[in-house]
Amino acid sequence: MSTDVTKAAPLVGRRRRFSQLSKRDKFVLFGMVAVPTFLHVVFVWIPTLSTIVLSFTKWDGLSPVSEIKLVGLRNYWEIFTVFETKLFAALFNNVVLLGFLFLGPSLLGVFLAYLLDKNIRGTRIYQGIYYFPVVLSLAVVGIIWKSVMFSQRQGLLNHTWSVLGDRTVFGQTQPIDFVGDQGKAFSFHIPFLDSALGPSKNFLVILLAIAWRHAGYVMVMYLAGLKSVDPALREAAAIDGCNEWQAFKNVVFPAMKPINVIVLVITVIEALRTFDIVAALNAPVGMELISLQVTENILGEGGGQVGRGSAYGVVLLIMCIGFIIWYLANHYREEQL
Amino acid sequence: MTAATATWAPDDPRANKHRVKPARVLLHGFLILTSLVWLVPLVSALYVSFRPYGETSRKGIFSAPDELTLSNYTGAFKQGQMAHHYIVTLMVVIPSLVLILFLSSFVAFAVSRFTWRFNIALLLVFTAGNLLPQQVIIQPLFQMYKRIPLPWSESGNLLDTLIGVGLIHISFQIGFCTFVLSNYMKTIPKELNEAAMVDGASVWRQYAQIILPLCRPAIAALATLEFTWIYNDFFWAVVLIKSGDKRPITSSISNLTGQFFSDDNLVASGSLLIALPTLVVYLILQKQFISGLTLGASKG
Repeated sequence: MSTDVTKAAPLVGRRRRFSQLSKRDKFVLFGMVAVPTFLHVVFVWIPTLSTIVLSFTKWDGLSPVSEIKLVGLRNYWEIFTVFETKLFAALFNNVVLLGFLFLGPSLLGVFLAYLLDKNIRGTRIYQGIYYFPVVLSLAVVGIIWKSVMFSQRQGLLNHTWSVLGDRTVFGQTQPIDFVGDQGKAFSFHIPFLDSALGPSKNFLVILLAIAWRHAGYVMVMYLAGLKSVDPALREAAAIDGCNEWQAFKNVVFPAMKPINVIVLVITVIEALRTFDIVAALNAPVGMELISLQVTENILGEGGGQVGRGSAYGVVLLIMCIGFIIWYLANHYREEQL
Repeated sequence: MTAATATWAPDDPRANKHRVKPARVLLHGFLILTSLVWLVPLVSALYVSFRPYGETSRKGIFSAPDELTLSNYTGAFKQGQMAHHYIVTLMVVIPSLVLILFLSSFVAFAVSRFTWRFNIALLLVFTAGNLLPQQVIIQPLFQMYKRIPLPWSESGNLLDTLIGVGLIHISFQIGFCTFVLSNYMKTIPKELNEAAMVDGASVWRQYAQIILPLCRPAIAALATLEFTWIYNDFFWAVVLIKSGDKRPITSSISNLTGQFFSDDNLVASGSLLIALPTLVVYLILQKQFISGLTLGASKG
């Protein structure tokens, strides 16, 4: 950093060093950094670290902090054995959600962005339509889909079905209680687990509503990404005889690495964070998610299980921390100090 | 963009302009079809929201309406106590929004315009903090709130108060905004600050009169985005506010559904009323909204 500094222009071409400032300026600057940092550390990072510590303790949240008892790995032992049905059902659903988000709405979003990038008429209108669900809360999305699309008595899906004729499809007779049907679409056993794993039908159904919202987000990100790709790259690919798919796969897509990374990380974290839509539907059986297990131990009937709730929180943390670090490493690697 | 078009139609892009190519027709056909599918939930929600429940449940949603009515809207507005919840929402959103933008621009200014020893460390803390799932924080936060006194509140502590909800919005969202704004401020030429300092401008004046005005596009984009995010919040409000009547509007959505029976048309109207402000903001400020998201993705 300091090699390009000459005597004649000591300040040009670099950021000023803190030490060059007057006392008053230092004080102002310190305050500008200290207040937000204090808030962020106290209300985000201290709770995060506390979650880890509390996950090794037993505490009802009511008695004073001095009565917190260390119990080692007992909470983890409990959630992996006593509550294994809940934990693995939730883990399974979170993984299904994640896989679905990648294979469904994310691929669709990339595809739509690619099409809209072709300089066609009405791009803005298409874009506006695909994107508008993103501004809705997932809670509202869930309620709208439940009352309009999935409703057993008059929902659009059931009604479409009956208009087509009263046939049974996939062994189902209509009207189907889409949100209430907790039966599993398919299930399988894994050796160490007593209960069978499998996605329940109502969970698969709300994936549609989640996809409706997620595809637009991915599309917007990739639309920006595609615009940032140097046109010369595509030209070079065309000259080298690549067809459209080869050019996209081998040249354009890799050139959008920053976007790929952020969409991947955001999708993973969104999948782990998902809470609103299921909670707004009153958490029907079949829609277990790790996020709900955390809050159930605050608010639910067995509330006041701070240790156990924290252990679920740590499970979430472990699942996302790798992606967060990966993202940060990617973003700040070339950062100049 | 013209260069990109040239790539895909290397012969002569202008010659192709007026010829209807089957590929283009197929493309538009696909896009129109997808758009229509995308609009189905919203349009059907609008359609049933103007029809009485008795009629749609008897004749089905595809029938022509016998009567169109606003009674679902008035019913939802009353049952959901929406006027009250809109106001509660504003009381959380506006102060949070203002503080988030100020506080994050402070940090962004400091880390992007000056060389500190802890520059990168600080940015890492803010960026990583924003990426954490909220559920990782909630257990200890709930216990902290229970023990932070707030004498004038009913509970005597931060739980069940709008201040508590606003506080976690501010603390959490500062992360994202600091990240975006610092990326943005790095693109502003350093010479501006140098010149200002030579002229004897204090750090505060450099922030308030030089850097902040130049960040207007980024701030507008973030304001749009954060408005929507805070308005749409469900999680913090549901966990931190126990009494339903104190909750902001999105988290009060359960007011609309009855325990044993819910009127789907009334629920649809209520949901649309809740969604209305964000949809209006989106229609007016679509550009800001989108640039806010993509600013976060681009490297400064």
